Amino acid sequence: METVTLTIKKTPTLMLEAEAISPDGLAGKSLDQIKALPVHMGREQFTIGEYFDVTGATSATAGETKVVVKGDLSRVKYLGTKMSAGELVIEGNADMYVGAWMSGGKLTAKGSVDGFAGTGMKGGELLIEGNAGNYLGSAYRGDWRGMQAGLIRVKGNVGSDTGYFMNGGEIIIEGNADVHVGTHAEGGKIVIKGNAKSRVGGQMVEGTIILFGTVDVMMPGFKYIGDEEIEVDGQKTVMSAYIGDLGERHRKRKGESVYGKLYLAKAAPADAGASRDARLARAREAKKARFVPVEGTTSA
Amino acid sequence: MAEYLIKNGFVFDPVTGVKGDKKDVAIRDGKIVDSVSSSAKVYDAAGKTVMAGAVEVHAHVAGPKVNEGRNYRPEDKLFGTRVRDSKDTRMTGGFSIPTTFKTGYSYAKMGYTVVMEAAMPPLYARHVHEEMRDTPIIDQGAFPVFGNNWFVLEYLKNNEVENTAAYIAWLLRASKGYAVKVVNPGGTEAWAWGLNCLSVNDPVPYFDITPAQIVKGLIEANEYLGLPHSIHIHANNLGNPGNFQTTLDTFKLAEGYKTNNKFGREQTMHHTHVQFHSYGGDNWGNFESKADAIMDYVNANPNLTIDTGNVTLDETTTMTADGPFEHHLTELNHLKWANVDVELETAAGIVPYVYSPDIKVCAIQWAIGLELALLAKDPMRCFITTDHPNAGPFTRYPRIMKWLMSKESRDERLNTFKHADKVISSTLLAGLDREITFYELAQMTRAGPAKALGLAGTYGGLAPGMDADVVVYDINPEGPFTGEDIERAFTDASLVFKTGTLVVENGRVINNGNKRTLWVDAKVNENAQVMRDVEEKFLKYYSVSLKNYEVQGHHYIPNPYAIEVDATSEV
Amino acid sequence: MAKTVTDVICPFCGTLCDDLEVQVSDDGTKILEVYNACAIGAEKFLHSQAKDRITRPRMQQEDGSYKEVSYDEAVEYTAQMLAKAKKPLMYGWSSTSCEAQSVGHEIAEAVGGVVDNTATVCHGSSLIAIQDVGIPSCTLGEVKNRADLVVFWGCNPSHAHPRHLSRYSIFPRGFFTGKGHKGRKMIVVDPRNTDTMKMADVGLQLEQGRDYELLSALRVAFRGEDLPDVVAGIPKERIYEAAEMMKNARFGVIFFGMGVTQSLGKNHNIDIAIMVTKDLNEFTKFSIIAMRGHYNVTGSGAVLGWQFGFPFATDLSRGFARYNPGETTSNDLLRRDECDAVFVLGSDPGAHFPISSVRKIAHLPSVAVDPHITPTTEISKLHVPVAFVGIEVGGCCYRMDNVPIESRKVVEPPEGMMTDTDFLARVRDRVVELKAQAPVGTQSTAEAQGA
Ligand code: SF4
Ligand SMILES: [Zn+2]
Repeated sequence: METVTLTIKKTPTLMLEAEAISPDGLAGKSLDQIKALPVHMGREQFTIGEYFDVTGATSATAGETKVVVKGDLSRVKYLGTKMSAGELVIEGNADMYVGAWMSGGKLTAKGSVDGFAGTGMKGGELLIEGNAGNYLGSAYRGDWRGMQAGLIRVKGNVGSDTGYFMNGGEIIIEGNADVHVGTHAEGGKIVIKGNAKSRVGGQMVEGTIILFGTVDVMMPGFKYIGDEEIEVDGQKTVMSAYIGDLGERHRKRKGESVYGKLYLAKAAPADAGASRDARLARAREAKKARFVPVEGTTSA
Repeated sequence: MAEYLIKNGFVFDPVTGVKGDKKDVAIRDGKIVDSVSSSAKVYDAAGKTVMAGAVEVHAHVAGPKVNEGRNYRPEDKLFGTRVRDSKDTRMTGGFSIPTTFKTGYSYAKMGYTVVMEAAMPPLYARHVHEEMRDTPIIDQGAFPVFGNNWFVLEYLKNNEVENTAAYIAWLLRASKGYAVKVVNPGGTEAWAWGLNCLSVNDPVPYFDITPAQIVKGLIEANEYLGLPHSIHIHANNLGNPGNFQTTLDTFKLAEGYKTNNKFGREQTMHHTHVQFHSYGGDNWGNFESKADAIMDYVNANPNLTIDTGNVTLDETTTMTADGPFEHHLTELNHLKWANVDVELETAAGIVPYVYSPDIKVCAIQWAIGLELALLAKDPMRCFITTDHPNAGPFTRYPRIMKWLMSKESRDERLNTFKHADKVISSTLLAGLDREITFYELAQMTRAGPAKALGLAGTYGGLAPGMDADVVVYDINPEGPFTGEDIERAFTDASLVFKTGTLVVENGRVINNGNKRTLWVDAKVNENAQVMRDVEEKFLKYYSVSLKNYEVQGHHYIPNPYAIEVDATSEV
Repeated sequence: MAKTVTDVICPFCGTLCDDLEVQVSDDGTKILEVYNACAIGAEKFLHSQAKDRITRPRMQQEDGSYKEVSYDEAVEYTAQMLAKAKKPLMYGWSSTSCEAQSVGHEIAEAVGGVVDNTATVCHGSSLIAIQDVGIPSCTLGEVKNRADLVVFWGCNPSHAHPRHLSRYSIFPRGFFTGKGHKGRKMIVVDPRNTDTMKMADVGLQLEQGRDYELLSALRVAFRGEDLPDVVAGIPKERIYEAAEMMKNARFGVIFFGMGVTQSLGKNHNIDIAIMVTKDLNEFTKFSIIAMRGHYNVTGSGAVLGWQFGFPFATDLSRGFARYNPGETTSNDLLRRDECDAVFVLGSDPGAHFPISSVRKIAHLPSVAVDPHITPTTEISKLHVPVAFVGIEVGGCCYRMDNVPIESRKVVEPPEGMMTDTDFLARVRDRVVELKAQAPVGTQSTAEAQGA
């Protein structure tokens, strides 16, 4: 496996669109060829060489190529978009669409990433060591086919709309999640080790959400069905199991309706009336935390 | 004086009866002529195929539901968008529902020069015209919908054909429409209450009239006026197993009527996207083709023309004024559903649909569409459509041509379906050896639809005096060629002349052309009752005032092509 | 002597009333009286007559004062600004005609701009929801002719769309609704006890920001499942009661406004309100309609749709159209420093955007085209006054239910004033000249969304 390293040289004035930076985009190319690849800023086209120092080498195939991107990439979009194999390591913070539509390989973001990471993901592994923005592992606008497969793990917190229209795969969040988790999900599994706010599993058709922390407000369409033992990261826990969203349509299999499943920590007060003060206090906390966006899903 | 000479191509033109002879086509000032001077610009078409511009008889390409389809499907534009052909062309986008610019350019590249928008809600006519104005190159007209219109229901309940005709003339003028479209007659009005009419005898709630009465009355009114096109119908019960019977019942409603027009049109009924209306069985399990029963009737009855509605096996967007059908569809596939009910006039629904080759029903639908064309004895009465975008995007026409013209390509597709055995046993396709010839293709896509639309004097042929819409395709009809060669050649024409202007060269759009909007200006005797009824309905029931209803002016129809009809009579 | 122009369209709110009568002076220069309009609509007509109206472009000077410039200079300045920018934001388009929007789009295509309209701060969330789950809807005339149950959710038409109730939704007698408001039931849902709620048969005053939960509870109730005792502050009995009313309507309609589109969850609130409507179509006939604000914001979405395929927030910078609210939306572009010039026409972001965004606009090269002096024109380098659309020049506009209506010219604009369409056309022609050497997006073929 060969490694090619790109180090950003200057801060883009607008956002830089660098969809070429992925094992697929760089494999089999010489350093000079890589430097000549296009990146975009607004209507203007530049080259990778104008924005990045490029060292190392690539292999003939994406699968045998590791790409390391260094520096402050918080103004660079589309890193690892559509990657299908190989390895990509982003050493700083990155902007939107990290690993969007990726179908294979391993992408590690050592910092935080902005919105739409893992959009429409079909496979591979996306590890985010910092925080992630809104719409992690979600569908692109209008698409009913969100994340299909693969694994996303976030060490920090995530914004709103995680796993929107999720169909498969797994998302593990070690920190907290903002509103709307697994909305419209029809499959897949979302684990939140920290706390959630509200609207967990709304309009869920199928799939699983496991929440270890608290939830401010439960959706009205979830019904407690008993306790079950589940396993996450090798740890077994007995949790309260709920089915829902009872307000949503559900398929039948072998004559039985199939529901979405929500697991809550047994001790967690899964009540609908968490006090307003507690909620406001938590909202204030969340606002302070960097990279957890303000309430709401988009600024639209 | 602009003169062009297209030399040495293999010409196929049903209007002049030329069947692949090596001939020259001469153009002067936008018209086909016998000969041109020596200063004419010469294009060598040796080894290539030359036809008139193709005529689209039925597609949903402009207006409120098309645009809602665009706006509510960002995912239809996610990948695969290309930058512009040249600095003179506009940006393009969209797969199943292309933007207006892409619509114009894509049709032009395939050699289509006339395209009819199949369903215009009159209240939204301005919107339809604004979109057509922004669709470059191709000439267009739009069919206002009449089959659920309150005026029509009320007049025809009492058999008032003359009043219906006067109202049609008024509405064609107000909406700048081209023909009388009928969609799920009565059923769409029923849908305003969440109901439907599934047979020709199912009464319309409140209005006390049946679909059969609506259809017969509209045929009579259409022929009373002598409009260029016949009524253009999408029958009740679309898309359901066993619906072929309703389709035959609908066909029979046209029996006994005579055409009356000065345009050379011979049919009294055009039935559209017949594929969706040719189903046997009584559930999705025993769903099967009834294309043979349908085509036996069509072949025996020259008062009918049809278009196919071929399924292309793509992810697409269905949209129709058949509101209850779209609701039915969203209950089946659970995909996003848009609906608009339009006061006093009509409705429309939209649902995305994935025609998967792995689903038996989709593959059978695919086969039925091809069977209709292959069973057609008279290619002048059976036209190729996809009911764009319902059965697939129009940009797939070259692929349908491949399947129709090459049995090998067709069988390759048929035999590799996931449920090939079931598809073969539920359809006739495997037993059909016919391959559509270049000449028949010109009949099905040019001369035939032009004649059915009452436009045979202008479009769809290469006779001197006709509009110089001329297309050169890079394929030698004398062969050898594969199915893939057909698809490639008909996707990107070598040359396309639109009214004598070169608009496409080597598959690239080089000129935005000089598009025209076709509409029918029908004159009738003054009819005080109809005008009183119009005023009353606007005063009481419409949400816009009568004076703000008529589409007029330069902005909407900058380049009109009005076809005049005189239905006045001495009193 | 005065003459009366009838069937005039009101260019103020999305209700787009088309029955106004305007009395104008004989020479066609002055509006004397406006009939049939509501107070805010009439005010718009009369305001256009203000004596101190600016009639020529003004350039802001170093010291903050203004200097009058010619339209020629204004065209040149605007064209140069747009042609130089790498990614200009071209915002507004909601208070102008479709003709002007169309010319604006040609400019945006030539310069690689981002076209966004006021939906970005009001009903953009509705448009996102429609993209996710569709929308069963109808024209306003259908409501008038058939509706026997009308729900207002998070909107207060008595104030924002004053003639809505009388023309379409509550009071009119239509074909199947001969009893007028006596035959209609009215449900109002809002955190505040609004004037509209005071008229309602059923008023549900819910907890702020809990629309999603309440709408979800209605869906649970439709399916006959159990509800918690209280949802969003509403006891479950009242939720079941409202659900029954909705199921038993003959023809129902939900109107919704900024109360739900801009509260917590935004698009999700609309999404689930649409799903409530869809559910109800299994029992009866139900529609849902957005109470669009500006008189032609709907038109902007329509023209953007047929030309580029997206209803707002359309990024043309790469030579093809892209769209993703949260990224290509005006406030995100400003917040993230992702645009380098701002052109505003037909809206007032200075008054409606968050202060942080307004500050960003103030620091960028900027041009505002507006008949009025507004907070936006005050922070823009160049203010170009133009004739009032719908008063001094006609043009196509789309009502909140997408019905297109041609607005009318009733009086002449002040001597020598340009219309926005004329101004834009001149800017377009100049931009095309400037760009002739290097057209945008023709250098390579690429795929959208980071091919
Ligand atoms: S309701 Fe709206 S459109 Fe009607 S008059 Fe008032 S402001 Fe104008
Ligand atoms: Zn159709």
